[in-house]
Amino acid sequence: MADDKKSGGLSQMSEQVQASQAWSSIFRPGSIFRKGYSDSPRNRSYVIMNSVLYHLHPVKVKRHAVKVSYTLCLGGLSFFLFIHLTVTGIFLMFFYRPTAAQAWNDIQTLQTAVGFGLLVRNMHRWAAHLMVLSVFLHMARVFYHGAYKPPREFNWVIGVMLLQFTLLLSFTGYLLPWDQLALWAVTVGTNMMGFTPVFGEQVRFVLLGGVEIGTDTLLRWYTLHVLMLPFVLVIFLAIHFWRVRKDGGISGPL
Amino acid sequence: MTEIPEHLRKRAEAAKAKAQAAAGGDAPSADGPSADAPAGTAPAGDEKIPSHLLDRGTAAADMPVAAAGVPAVPVGGSGPDGHNQRLLTVVKSGSIQDTRAMPVDKVHVWPHLLVAEFLSALTVTLFTLLFAIFVNAPLLELADFNKTPNPSKAPWYFMGLQELLTMFHPMVAGVTIPGIGLFLLIMAPYIDKNPSKRPEDRKFAISLMTIHLMFWSVLVMIGSFFRGPGFNFVFPWNAGLFFEL
Repeated sequence: MADDKKSGGLSQMSEQVQASQAWSSIFRPGSIFRKGYSDSPRNRSYVIMNSVLYHLHPVKVKRHAVKVSYTLCLGGLSFFLFIHLTVTGIFLMFFYRPTAAQAWNDIQTLQTAVGFGLLVRNMHRWAAHLMVLSVFLHMARVFYHGAYKPPREFNWVIGVMLLQFTLLLSFTGYLLPWDQLALWAVTVGTNMMGFTPVFGEQVRFVLLGGVEIGTDTLLRWYTLHVLMLPFVLVIFLAIHFWRVRKDGGISGPL
Repeated sequence: MTEIPEHLRKRAEAAKAKAQAAAGGDAPSADGPSADAPAGTAPAGDEKIPSHLLDRGTAAADMPVAAAGVPAVPVGGSGPDGHNQRLLTVVKSGSIQDTRAMPVDKVHVWPHLLVAEFLSALTVTLFTLLFAIFVNAPLLELADFNKTPNPSKAPWYFMGLQELLTMFHPMVAGVTIPGIGLFLLIMAPYIDKNPSKRPEDRKFAISLMTIHLMFWSVLVMIGSFFRGPGFNFVFPWNAGLFFEL
């Protein structure tokens, strides 16, 4: 029948596509997208070995390492929230101009006139708070398991840096809506940093891009928030993940 | 993990026991052929081959009749010099009995780990989505330098610092205390030399961390919920909530 013919044509086409050079140039030999997947230990290994995931995960991990009750997934979730925040953040960037004259109006317009604008902004905000929380809890979890002990000392140091970058990312994002909440929260925060001994005034000047908060501060914090801090954070993340594997996977049971 | 077949292991053990008996308690690892080995028949040559292994190459006929009360029946070997077996090579025990590679209980990342990761990511996405649908992010009126809100509060994760400001000089509260705190946090693995990970061996470290985390959380909560106009202490159930996320 016509249906049979159609589906026959379709399967023939997919066979042709899978035999083509373009297809085999995309998927490595052994990839499950080349030869199909059936559940076997060998194929389970191939899923990781022949995909980009191999950069993140080994083929096998210790059995206790996959126990959710041990890690509570907190490190992974922190990373996932970072990705989540990047995606929603990029969406927000399309509708936002970091100047004192336009920022607040842009957010107002985003919330009222842009499809899903309000929802995405809400998600960005709540995910940011959640990320601060999950990074903090991740640190507590690692401490209580003694997972910072040799050979993982240096990865703990990287982790504390990541916690600080997370706080800085959240804090720089706090100013961007340019409303009363943003302005005065940042005023309180930067006044505090102005009390740094010896270089207090300079620290404050560098942070604000001037002697007081203004449109220059907004631009400065915007650049920090969307570009510089994520860039630095990703480098530290890469080292963090690499060290997890080099130090023999996540720490063992108590 | 190298598995040694049962029969090979038994044979090795038997040979070892026999050699030890022959060597009169001498360590069987001795390099040269042992003096009391029923030698003479053993081919003098490779000094590295333990004598007990060479013994096994000796013709059965030449073996001393040991404990067995049976008279030695000469068994004519078909090989050269009446031998019916000979030593081809010696495989040192270390090369096949590598017990250093301890077996580890491992599972495949796909599906065991990836499924768990995917599900937790999905849960968090769902949670933020639902939360975002029902709770709006705050957007107060346009920033105004002439209108200071009372109270003015930092983001919640800095509320602990702002709370410290009510007790100490700003340089102590805003810089010294958090600076020392962060420094100690970074140095934790180098300060804590206790190698044990078991909670019962780490009472001091765990108590110290818990006290600090509690201290910090309490400060954040007081600052967030219990501070009203003028940053004075209020009860949220009397004066209302002065807190925006």
